[in-house]
Amino acid sequence: MDLNLTPTEQQFRDQVRDWLQNNIPADWPERRLLDEPMEERFEYLRGWQRKVYEGGWAGLHWPKQYGGRGATLMEQVIFTEEMARAGAPTMPGVLGLALVGPTLIGFGTESQKRRFLTPILSGEEIWCQGFSEPNAGSDLASLRTEGVRAGDHFVVNGQKVWTSYGWASDWCELLVRTDPEAPKHKGLTALLVDMHSPGVEVRPLRQMTGESEFNELFFNDVRVPAENVVGQVNDGWNVALGTLGHERGLLGAGLQVSYKRNFDRLVEVAYTVERNGKPAAQDPLIRQKLAQCYAEIEIMRLNQMRAISRISASGVPGPEGSIQKIFWSELNQRVQQVAMELLGPYGQLTRECDRAIDHGQWAYNYLRARGNTIEAGTSEIQRNIVGHFVLGLPKSY
Amino acid sequence: MRFDLSETQQLLKSSARQFLTAECPMAEVRRLMETEVAYDPGLWARMAEQGWTGIHFSDASEGQGMGLVEVAALMEEMGRALLPGPYLSTVLLAGTLLEAAGTAEQKQKYLVPIANGQARATLALLESSASWQQDAVRLQARREGSVYKLDGTKLFVPDASVSDFILCAARLGQELALFMTERGNTGVGVKPQPAIDSTRRLDEVNFVAAEVPPEDVIATGERARAALEYTLDVATVGLVAEMVGGMQKVLETSVDYAKTRKQFGKPIGQFQAIQNYCADMLVWTESARSAAYYAAWALTEQAPEAKSAVSVAKAYASDACREVGNRGIQIHGGMGFTWENDLHLYYRRAKASEIAFGDAAFHRERIARLVIDRAAPTR
Repeated sequence: MDLNLTPTEQQFRDQVRDWLQNNIPADWPERRLLDEPMEERFEYLRGWQRKVYEGGWAGLHWPKQYGGRGATLMEQVIFTEEMARAGAPTMPGVLGLALVGPTLIGFGTESQKRRFLTPILSGEEIWCQGFSEPNAGSDLASLRTEGVRAGDHFVVNGQKVWTSYGWASDWCELLVRTDPEAPKHKGLTALLVDMHSPGVEVRPLRQMTGESEFNELFFNDVRVPAENVVGQVNDGWNVALGTLGHERGLLGAGLQVSYKRNFDRLVEVAYTVERNGKPAAQDPLIRQKLAQCYAEIEIMRLNQMRAISRISASGVPGPEGSIQKIFWSELNQRVQQVAMELLGPYGQLTRECDRAIDHGQWAYNYLRARGNTIEAGTSEIQRNIVGHFVLGLPKSY
Repeated sequence: MRFDLSETQQLLKSSARQFLTAECPMAEVRRLMETEVAYDPGLWARMAEQGWTGIHFSDASEGQGMGLVEVAALMEEMGRALLPGPYLSTVLLAGTLLEAAGTAEQKQKYLVPIANGQARATLALLESSASWQQDAVRLQARREGSVYKLDGTKLFVPDASVSDFILCAARLGQELALFMTERGNTGVGVKPQPAIDSTRRLDEVNFVAAEVPPEDVIATGERARAALEYTLDVATVGLVAEMVGGMQKVLETSVDYAKTRKQFGKPIGQFQAIQNYCADMLVWTESARSAAYYAAWALTEQAPEAKSAVSVAKAYASDACREVGNRGIQIHGGMGFTWENDLHLYYRRAKASEIAFGDAAFHRERIARLVIDRAAPTR
């Protein structure tokens, strides 16, 4: 047990810090707060990803022959954490970087890896994930979008929903039913679908925050070459589990740092708002609640460190990722509720109001956090996964 | 960065599990808790043979020189086995304090017998105010001729009835001072305080003009404050690790029960209400474990965040340990509420441990002082 970074890891972290300090665009801190059109913001962020790629920092943990650095998982985590710590812009190709890329590295053919991995890193091609459907949410394996083999192609028909970045995507990791006769987990196939193909339609879905972060996708006789199958035909469920494992496991690394930044800011704010005639930071009840937030954010970090040690040893994220997912999603909701309590009537003010604290970030955070226990697998499904796959309880469904 | 037990630490833990399974099965726990003092000299001697009674003392004190991660690993197993007796009070409270603040002579006289397994000891801290704050110590010490004299009552003293040595925190003038006393000395009276956890006893200790020679003053003033704070941090980490062991046992027992107990023609573990309870128990147990081992490491390394790490661990585990017990008993239904079922023994220990060294609210306020007050804007 040694929780210090090794000298090599420390050196790496210093290099990352240096690079970020010199390369985060000077206009970002101001621009971040602007209410600019989604597409403009996206192009700006794509430029940032390009810069990260050219700096040699994208896909650190990926094999060298596909544009990665062959770095350790720990170095990848350090980079992600430092990005969050520096408040760097986010990378718009995050789904490709965090989910599709690792899935292709695990299951893809050599030519798929050569074709797709580098443009994922550079942000030249943006990816989305076509899994959920209107009638297949938690019961993902019951999905009905069909892929019918026709010579050297599959013909795809159906509808997907909750597709983040669908509107900006060039490619989609799409899960379709290729054998309607087989048991539901055994008739699925993962396809790489060109989003510019004829028959693909993307419609915006407005969320309760007012943003349109995600979309509905419609597939109408879309032709997908058979060489775009990931893994084996009818083995798509395994491929999807791999992708979901990455989703639950590693997306958390930067998240913890942003929670901590969020908390530190909340403590600053607690000295500026009053409660019972003194700064809220001195109110016993608020202190209890803030301390509980601090403790849990800290434990999120520690749980992640343990998970990283485990994944570094075993090579793959396991079902334990569900434990992290439950923890971070429910924690954020608790923290944002404490923020609302602390801010009192100010908490509800949105960015349009000139008296809003921190440009209405807290009101936004509060609403956005509500989605945390639903996106990437609901808390209920995560608990089923923990019950069955970690604790060995009989399947409930 | 590596957040897992090394091979040697793992070995220590698995041999502790083996030892406790053989030497202290549940039947033995139940036998001991029905005795007057919940302490077995034979078991203690065998624990001493394992080196446990001097695990983190230096070589000079005839200890094993191990760190607190090793202590945590051992205590996790003790918590799993629900080991009765004065280990926490002897090794982690009195032992740590003597090692931190004792002179070479004091260590020779008091710590070496502890390390060798010949003596039991404890720390008398709380008084009628029942506060874990150092400033709440009021028991009066005064100099009289060539000796000191102690007058007053200590409460909630763990395992004083079986302790040979009783360290006493007192007020010497305005200063905090730590005195070594011996049970059986004139003016030192011990009286049991029957409480919820009969596997670890609490006692009232009355000092009536109890004499302490100057060579048995362990520390005064700032040195005493620092040593006491450090000791409580070490003992708290050990206790949290012990709580984790108990949580793990309750979790495993409950999952096993949910797999075999049938209602409506299927194992109750197939119902999502039960599965979700089990999943929560796992999340709490693993999270408390992360916090416990991190605090143990931070304290060993004297990391700057060590104090807040200890309070994070105790604040979290205090709530988590209780809730794991609640869910565990709920899953067992009526069986869980019976005397024969072992769960209530863990439930009792959990409540006593939640209270010991400050509950969740106490440690959250300590976190607030360490984290929120430090972030105060400078004017």
